[in-house]
Amino acid sequence: MLFFIGRRLYQAALVMLTVALIAFAMFQYVGDPVSNLAGQDTTVAERELLKERLGLNDSVLEQFSRFVINAVQGEFGVSYRMRVPVRDLIAERFPATLELSMMSAFLALLVGIPMGVYTALNRDSWLSRSFMTLSLIGISLPTFLIGIFLILFFGVILQWLPTFGRGEVVDLGWWSTGMLTGSGWRSMIMPAITLAVFQMTLIVRLIRAEMLEVLRTDYIKFARARGLSERSISFSHALKNTLVPVITIIGLQIGSLIAFAIITESVFQWPGMGLLFIQAIGEVDIPIMSAYLLLIGFVFVVINLIVDILYYTIDPRLRVEK
Amino acid sequence: MKLKSFIIAGASALALGALSLPATAQTFTFAFQADAQSLDPHSLNETFTLGLLGNVYEGLISYDKDMNKVPTLAVGWEVLTPTKWRFDLRQGVKFHNGNDFTAEDVVFTWERMGSEGSDQKTLAGLLENITIIDDYTIEIDTPIPNPTLLNDLVTMYIMDKEWAVANNATESSSPADAGRDGSYATSNANGTGPFMVESRQPDVKTVLVRNENYWDDSIPTNVQRVEFTPISQAATRVAALLSGQIDLVYPVPVQDWSRLDNADGVKALTGPEARTIFLGMDQSRDELLYSSVKGANPFKDPRVRHAFAFAIDVNAIKETIMRGAATPSGLMWAPQIQGYNAEANTPHPFDPDKARSLLAEAGYADGFTVTMDCPNDRYVNDEKICQAVAGMLAKVGVTIDLLAQPKSQYFAKVLAQGGYDTSFYLLGWTPGSMDVFNVFNNLLACRNEEGTVGGFNLGGYCNERIDELGRIVASETDVAVRQAAIDEAAQILKDEAGYIPLFQQPLSWGVRDGVSVAQRADNVLDLRNVVMP
Amino acid sequence: MRDFLQRFFGGDLWWSFRSSPMVIVAAITTFVMIFSSAFANIVAPYDIFDLTQFNLMDSLKPPVWMERGEVGFLLGTDDQGRDVLSTILYGSRISLLVGFFSVISAMVLGIIIGLIAGYSGGWVDAVLMRIADVQLSFPAILIALLVNGIISGLLPGEAQADLAIYVLIVAISLSFWVQYARTVRSSTMVERTKEYVQAAQVIGLPQPLILLRHILPNVMGPVLVIATIQLALAIITEATLSFLGVGVPPTSPSLGTLIRIGNDYLFSGEWWITVFPGLALVILVLAVNILGDWLRDALNPKLR
Repeated sequence: MLFFIGRRLYQAALVMLTVALIAFAMFQYVGDPVSNLAGQDTTVAERELLKERLGLNDSVLEQFSRFVINAVQGEFGVSYRMRVPVRDLIAERFPATLELSMMSAFLALLVGIPMGVYTALNRDSWLSRSFMTLSLIGISLPTFLIGIFLILFFGVILQWLPTFGRGEVVDLGWWSTGMLTGSGWRSMIMPAITLAVFQMTLIVRLIRAEMLEVLRTDYIKFARARGLSERSISFSHALKNTLVPVITIIGLQIGSLIAFAIITESVFQWPGMGLLFIQAIGEVDIPIMSAYLLLIGFVFVVINLIVDILYYTIDPRLRVEK
Repeated sequence: MKLKSFIIAGASALALGALSLPATAQTFTFAFQADAQSLDPHSLNETFTLGLLGNVYEGLISYDKDMNKVPTLAVGWEVLTPTKWRFDLRQGVKFHNGNDFTAEDVVFTWERMGSEGSDQKTLAGLLENITIIDDYTIEIDTPIPNPTLLNDLVTMYIMDKEWAVANNATESSSPADAGRDGSYATSNANGTGPFMVESRQPDVKTVLVRNENYWDDSIPTNVQRVEFTPISQAATRVAALLSGQIDLVYPVPVQDWSRLDNADGVKALTGPEARTIFLGMDQSRDELLYSSVKGANPFKDPRVRHAFAFAIDVNAIKETIMRGAATPSGLMWAPQIQGYNAEANTPHPFDPDKARSLLAEAGYADGFTVTMDCPNDRYVNDEKICQAVAGMLAKVGVTIDLLAQPKSQYFAKVLAQGGYDTSFYLLGWTPGSMDVFNVFNNLLACRNEEGTVGGFNLGGYCNERIDELGRIVASETDVAVRQAAIDEAAQILKDEAGYIPLFQQPLSWGVRDGVSVAQRADNVLDLRNVVMP
Repeated sequence: MRDFLQRFFGGDLWWSFRSSPMVIVAAITTFVMIFSSAFANIVAPYDIFDLTQFNLMDSLKPPVWMERGEVGFLLGTDDQGRDVLSTILYGSRISLLVGFFSVISAMVLGIIIGLIAGYSGGWVDAVLMRIADVQLSFPAILIALLVNGIISGLLPGEAQADLAIYVLIVAISLSFWVQYARTVRSSTMVERTKEYVQAAQVIGLPQPLILLRHILPNVMGPVLVIATIQLALAIITEATLSFLGVGVPPTSPSLGTLIRIGNDYLFSGEWWITVFPGLALVILVLAVNILGDWLRDALNPKLR
């Protein structure tokens, strides 16, 4: 067990180092931070000085090792553009992204699971067929297009919902939440739906497929033979067995929700990490970009690690070392 | 006992009264496409940042709503010799923290602007020395006669010396220092202006509150609290105004004006900005970097430059892409700029046939290919303008490879630090001092090695006579002589087609009905002039 | 060949195709869209790359059935006076081109890596599959954004616009290869131990060749399903990148770029600039997705 975890941790560290290298290398070559920082009247000599002070004239190796050492200490440097430590910026933005992702995950599950179960149990009913068609349309609609049309319809034409931002936010010390005010909830509706649609369709299809597999197993056939009611078979036997792989995949999807939030946040001007990242790309704000990549990488690695360990504990076959 | 409870009741009633005040106070919300980059008034020379801070900090002089210079922290001045000015300072002015404003703060501010992290070193260099005569009188020496000193002093925002010393902020903060010692002023502010910074979350929200002790009781505003939110997407910004969440947004895309005017409760507020949009051509290299023409530089031939100017239908761009909201210009500076002469402003005529024959004369009857550099997030509809220019040049046989990039990459390529890596480009320019000399110094003068002169003359246009005239414009205090020099330079520039000026872009704000604001030609929102219903 | 056709039309696949009207409609739609965009230079009313055909004064004309509409511009014009129908046809061409080529190169890359991993085993397999695992845990869109950023950052500015399409293809295929590799690897590992492979080895035939010959037919079904679904995903990914402004430039627009341009005009009432390309994108992706869905169900005997 310890050996297994140790090996996984070692692999995770390797992955993080690779991500760090990519994060660092990518921004070594994109854009020029100096011309963003300097005003329009800044002279060449002043620009040169600024470059020197930012350490952009050091060798690549020096810059990289400085980068890794600082990152390990949670020190991502200072945003070129906003002149505030990146750590503070991320801490400020993280709650917004997390609340949005959690809300959409919740929405996606709330709608997706019943739809998935229904379509699996009643494969040929017209309602299932229309659910499946709907889910196909959901997969075929790019996230940004959903957002644009929602804004046009509910924000501009009907003027029912706010079209940008988080609304009024309550500060709870280290966490700022929009879930305690009316305007916060109203602001959440459209971005959460936009982000949820794709995940929802994914969940519908996943549950349906898994459920169909399970329904075909001997175990269910045996339950049927025992004369249990269809209802009890579907819910207590089939769904229960379906949920294990589904929950795993949903766990992994949370990471991708955070990444997909980049698009949603930039359409709705949601002040989360994705928006921070996209704006940083436009301004070549290297510290923010690399911190974001590292953070996302870290989230993914941790989720993967947890899933691996869970599998290891659940599924005894994996314990045989290859 | 009874008396005591009476007093307590009275006190709590008073407290309640005080508490309910902010609820009735006027809150003004506005949005811009980006955030101010720092609260440090000396760390960045950028229009919006300085404009926002102009509500918190003040200079000796400031612009009123019509861009006239008005005494602010100085009450009067006198030119002693061409290089020595005396300023009388306003008495009884207090900083937000209660400290008195004195001559010492002016000297301190000047020194701070010259410190290493400052982005206003060029401005600081325009002054040679400041002498304190007494607490409320100073004398300023300039290295050469400077007829535009007053304009230059507008963005010299005075900071409290004691406050800066106490918070270890005596040097202007540079980006490398942020979050460490000495960067206190990037996220805190203490000026003499009518508004004080209450809280700030970079890129999310900045809240200002009214300074009740402001020295000038005559400012029109009735606003008690200001909330500023940056919203980078144009569509979202407009939607926020339409849905009533925000009182004022800018810039508004020109195509959305009619929608704002048709919608209830909001309107578009527009006017000409002092920013001139123009095209520049590489005239310094012997062979263009990005062109099908090898071994020669077609832009060295004035006929080719004129052909380009003849080929471009500025009015069509104005009517379609800019929705009628642009002022076609024959000059490189706008009517609001000191030194502008309406008679000299004759836009280049549109004549594609003439363009074709000029190209043929110059030996390019079959046209040629050249790459055009263009920003896509800097000016109003910049990329669309470049696309239109490419289409118009195609009709006279010139093929444009359009390279439209975000401003960070665009500027990194075409500016000095990118080695002026361009053959043909679009750029916009507002002289920061609102005086024409700024244009001479940055755009018209021959480039020097150090980049201190002609630093934004990206095409390397160079004419000795214009340089000579520029020196007259720099130091001549006789207005008529100076104007003659300006006009002569304008004529030379036009004859040679050294640049192709297109138009002044429009100011484009969206405002909720009933909110009264003054729209300044430099696109600065001065909260002093905001009146809520 | 005749034998093949006979088998195909007499087979289950053809039967399940014919019995579903939705699939037939999807197939026809896909075919029409591919055909009309491939021959855009003949089908489209205007050549959007020939700037002399357009006039700025024609810009922002509404579709023909609306007031101010003109017969010459069926679906109206955009901000540069370009015919929207023509930009959609040329735009779909670029979207489809990027889609097809990135799926094909992802497929080739995935098959090669899958073969190598499955055939060699040991540390080569471990390393390759570890990379695949890591990559699979990141969403393709994020990887495409990264790869696109790295490559265009390495290119000089003036080459970026010209090479944007190729950069997109590389970026998308690098984020899509994993699924092919995994599928091919597991089949390879099964086949490798079979007797005929070992027999062929004894004769001295190169083993990879044998593997290729015997594995490909076996995995072609799943690979085809993955490819169809990924074609839809690739088109969406391209559109998203172009919408975020890091894809192809407006001078040679894809559907995503067209939507981005039109987005500026959503509030000013010129809805046709964004709605028509948006519809074209959704219809195209939907049709391809329906085909992919059908193919998956039809080839998976367990689901019948």
